[in-house]
Amino acid sequence: MSLRGAVAVLVKDARCELRSKQAISAVLLFAVTSTIAVSFTLGMIGSDAAVASTLLWVVIYFSAMAGLGRSFAHEEETYTAGLLRLAVPAESVYVGKLAFNFLTLAAVEVVTVPLFVLLTDCRVARVGAFIGMLLLGSAALSAGATAAAAMVSRAASKGALFAGVSFPLLAPALGIAIAGTNAALASSPAGCAADMRLLVYYCGVVITASLMLFRCIWEE
Amino acid sequence: MGRVGTRAILPIWLQVFVGVEMTAVIVAAFLYVPPADGFASPECARIMIFHVPCAIIAVVAYIVSTVYAVLCLTRDEMASDVKSAASASLGFLFTALATVTGMIFARVEWGTAWNWDPRETSILMLVIIYAAYFALRGAIPNAANRARISAAYNILACLVMPFVMFVLPRISPGLHPSEVSLSPEYREALVGAMLGYVIIYVWMLRLAVRVREASLARRR
Repeated sequence: MSLRGAVAVLVKDARCELRSKQAISAVLLFAVTSTIAVSFTLGMIGSDAAVASTLLWVVIYFSAMAGLGRSFAHEEETYTAGLLRLAVPAESVYVGKLAFNFLTLAAVEVVTVPLFVLLTDCRVARVGAFIGMLLLGSAALSAGATAAAAMVSRAASKGALFAGVSFPLLAPALGIAIAGTNAALASSPAGCAADMRLLVYYCGVVITASLMLFRCIWEE
Repeated sequence: MGRVGTRAILPIWLQVFVGVEMTAVIVAAFLYVPPADGFASPECARIMIFHVPCAIIAVVAYIVSTVYAVLCLTRDEMASDVKSAASASLGFLFTALATVTGMIFARVEWGTAWNWDPRETSILMLVIIYAAYFALRGAIPNAANRARISAAYNILACLVMPFVMFVLPRISPGLHPSEVSLSPEYREALVGAMLGYVIIYVWMLRLAVRVREASLARRR
């Protein structure tokens, strides 16, 4: 794997995105709209830490589904996938796309999470653990979604398939992130630390397996 | 992949044996096995004789499918892909049967058909993995790409499944009893049913492989 290649893929994707702003604007709009819809409902019925953490991750998960699937499908649609295969080793493509997807999700969270906390009047008991859980959860979602996006990009019906194919891979990470965020909101340091460890293991397993399998997925 | 053979799928004596043996198991489940003590409905507990082997075979079929997926990628052969898909299709069938029989038991024992018990949720995850696997296979037109990508998906899904086992007990407490003291008649019937289900699985697997091989040969 070439790290320079991975950085090149990340920079290329970031430049394309900054020029067109297609993915980020659509995902941000979706994330903000769903955050407001969820907060509006919560505002009327009230919420505890468990409900708030679940709904926060549901918003993040569906935002990821709306945006991360495009990373490889775009390459196939614009016929640049072949050139990318020739220019950079497969593993570098995975790492570059993973980094870009993580940054996209992090950018979405920078806007939506403060908005969610403000609108739902949610009390965060342990801010450091809460931010750590968001970062680890986003890394885990990005790791699984990037591999799924690469698989789906070779399929005939990409959009609808991405959510269905990703869910079994992402469900454990989503469950851990919800449990950990609940622990961070309700000030339970032991539960939060255990969930952070689980998310690190999950990221390690999924990223390592994806790196080993990516050549089979990506190359013709 | 070799020519589709005309050999018997399962020796005749084994076909006769499994027919007699499973008939005996069904008769024993209703006439030989006594009602189980310690259950809300002692009569309904007989469904365990069919439900438990179904759930075990569903998991075995998934593991067999993953082993063939690994062989498909390491040896780059289509025969392993055919076996992997055939085992997955049987796994899907047994998972559906385990889910339905489990829901009947849950309705009688715990009052509702679905309780988000960790084992119920695990089997539901298996259903979703199988469904996503077949949706992905169906959407990739090129046979070689389909074999490689679905094998990679199968392996990745198998690797994240253990996280489900860690996460689910934290989200929802289990209803399945950790220890059940059953009468010796129950154990005898369960062992008999398990043996019958294993033979039926092997029989159906060989049949499904033969059908898929014939279908591929016809397309050529």
